[in-house]
Amino acid sequence: MSSQTLENQRSIPQRKIRILVAKPGLDGHDRGALVLSRAFRDAGMEVIYSGLLPTPEQVAQMAIDEDVDVVALSLLNGAHMTAFPKVVHFLKQKGGRETIVIGGGIIPDSDKPKLERMGIIGNFGPGTSLKTIVDFITDSVKKKRERLPKSGVKSRKKKPRTPPKSRKQTSRQK
Amino acid sequence: MTPDSFWSRKLELLAERKSSSGRGDVDRSKLDALKLMIKNWEKSVISSETPERKDVFENSSGIPLKRVYTPSDQTGLEYSRDLGLPGEYPYTRGVYPTMYRGRPWTMRMFSGFGSANQTNKRLKYLLKEGETGLSIAFDMPTLYGYDADSDRAEGEVGKCGVSVSSLLDMETIFAGIPLDQISTSMTINAPAAVLTTMYAAVGEKQGVPLAKLRGTVQTDILKEYIAQKEWAFPPDAHLRIIRDMMIFCTDRMPLWHYISISGYHIREAGASAVQELAFTLADGFSYVELGKNAGLDVDKFVPRFSFFFNCDMDFFEEIAKFRAARRIWANVLKEKYGAKNPRSMLLRFHTQTSGVSLTWQQPLNNVVRTTIEALAAILGGTQSLHTNSYDEAWALPTEEAVTVALRTQQILFEETGLADVADPLGGSYYIESLTNEMEEQAYRYFEKIDQLGGVLEAIKQGYIQREIASTSYIKTQQLESGQRSIVGVNKYDVAEEKPIDYLKVNPTLSKKVASRLRALKRRRDNVRVRKSLEDLRKAFEDEKANSIFPMLECVRSYATLQEIMDVGRNVFGGWKEPVLV
Repeated sequence: MSSQTLENQRSIPQRKIRILVAKPGLDGHDRGALVLSRAFRDAGMEVIYSGLLPTPEQVAQMAIDEDVDVVALSLLNGAHMTAFPKVVHFLKQKGGRETIVIGGGIIPDSDKPKLERMGIIGNFGPGTSLKTIVDFITDSVKKKRERLPKSGVKSRKKKPRTPPKSRKQTSRQK
Repeated sequence: MTPDSFWSRKLELLAERKSSSGRGDVDRSKLDALKLMIKNWEKSVISSETPERKDVFENSSGIPLKRVYTPSDQTGLEYSRDLGLPGEYPYTRGVYPTMYRGRPWTMRMFSGFGSANQTNKRLKYLLKEGETGLSIAFDMPTLYGYDADSDRAEGEVGKCGVSVSSLLDMETIFAGIPLDQISTSMTINAPAAVLTTMYAAVGEKQGVPLAKLRGTVQTDILKEYIAQKEWAFPPDAHLRIIRDMMIFCTDRMPLWHYISISGYHIREAGASAVQELAFTLADGFSYVELGKNAGLDVDKFVPRFSFFFNCDMDFFEEIAKFRAARRIWANVLKEKYGAKNPRSMLLRFHTQTSGVSLTWQQPLNNVVRTTIEALAAILGGTQSLHTNSYDEAWALPTEEAVTVALRTQQILFEETGLADVADPLGGSYYIESLTNEMEEQAYRYFEKIDQLGGVLEAIKQGYIQREIASTSYIKTQQLESGQRSIVGVNKYDVAEEKPIDYLKVNPTLSKKVASRLRALKRRRDNVRVRKSLEDLRKAFEDEKANSIFPMLECVRSYATLQEIMDVGRNVFGGWKEPVLV
């Protein structure tokens, strides 16, 4: 992590970004989640890690209890189309409608638009640089805070989407 | 627990070997002249007008590398003590006297996906294409001990491997495949005992006696807590069941490798080659102690151990790792555990090329990566090999990709002359120095783990997990900064139009599998099922009992995987890992 990213972080006037890094479901591949947790912390965020094997409902509950800005979901077992939307569903049910939900893992291109429609953004694949992900999160939170200056204000507007510059999704999987 | 002085004594010996006072094979009278020659040469290099690419060169484990290696780097090396001949102690040069001149390594491709039926077809295809051993991958619910119809299995059935909920599925997987003529490797850990008894029960149905079943089940639960994180119970409970398996298999399944001590996952989780070497062997020593403490004779049960390593891209380091592993295992088994049977001292291993090294970007480049890794594994003397398919950074491989991966091994064997000489890089000044260095670093870890109270304690304290996470973070940062390059990822990358074609798992599969399971539950003798599960519970509750016999009866009565594992979850409870973040 470059110190420049750290500086960018500090320039945000509001509270530090609180982020829950979570692995919903039966997936022990935690290398990426652990690396990202450290990277987020180095970028000045407050990081909560779910540990392994929580259900999607438990992940949503943790997000509410910890009052996080962002839930970063990581799955490498192919179950993202089931587990990610479930987290979003439980988040809405529990009053976390405005929580930003970001996905990552082995996610085929053809699944990405579907996930985005369900409110899971980012959907970063293997090899994405840490900076890309950190910048994406910082940017998403900044936009949300501009849109919702007071926390807890409900909005019917769609969440802002900012696909990272370096990842062009030019075509769909057949 | 008092730390064992064995490790510190060993480290002293290795330090002596490295220092110039070591009584090695190098001719002392010529050494001084050589050193002078190197000194002068170094001077000329430094004054040269062509600067080197970097100030410091080091390998992927962070071992500093010299410009060149010479006899002066191995003044303490004694050929007969440290290397020996192939098939002879300490087995540095290979476990068999003839190595691949006798027969090639086993080309064993890991496969399994979707339903039992689909996997059966894939296995038959691979056998027809010349594969010599089967290897089965299971899906996540199976690996954690849940049935396909469980809430926890939703969206995961058949995704990362085949779904097995009962003996019925295993019967389907092996339909038309005679178990007395093949060997099967099953990559499963927490429910390893259940799958072993299922395999035994399939054998019974085919009329193949237990004593004739050949194959390997992974079973290595310690590396699950360290790296892959697929457990069901607390570590002590799993270790007790492994003890039961050791006793059962030693007695009744003499050809069954009931444990495959695995560095693969440790490496994939981010460990360095040195860490993979050290933590895997430390796990191995723990299992030796487990069997010893159960009253088994080392020379009766250790010969069934086998190992499973990763092979990544740092070519020479990987070769040195395999050679160091063999020497360490032989030395420690003989000197610390008093093994007399050479077969207890032989470290035989399976290798899989690195999954982490594959990129989804420019996927055909992965064929090249896998070839280089396979080459290192063969030069390192592996007994069997799985080569990854080029599309595996994205999904389960297509048939075309699997075939290329298998052909890679066939080309290496048939066309290169690679299999004609044992340990062809032995004696290389560089390889021998690197082998020594990795050996020494592994012993430092053994000493440290011992000081913490052993592997189990080190896991409970999170020490091993944190060591790996640190390495993995540093590696990622090196990639970010450009200090480390991956072609197609942070160098020579291009905007890519679309990922290649990949294999998709039928989304209706989980419904089909679940309905098959419901039908089974109606059809089977449920009185017998309940009775067998109750007997298993009693065995689990009695520390002294052997749980494998009642487990075999559960399996025969078509009790499901989850029903069996739930008995354990009720008796032993679950597991929450120490805080790592």
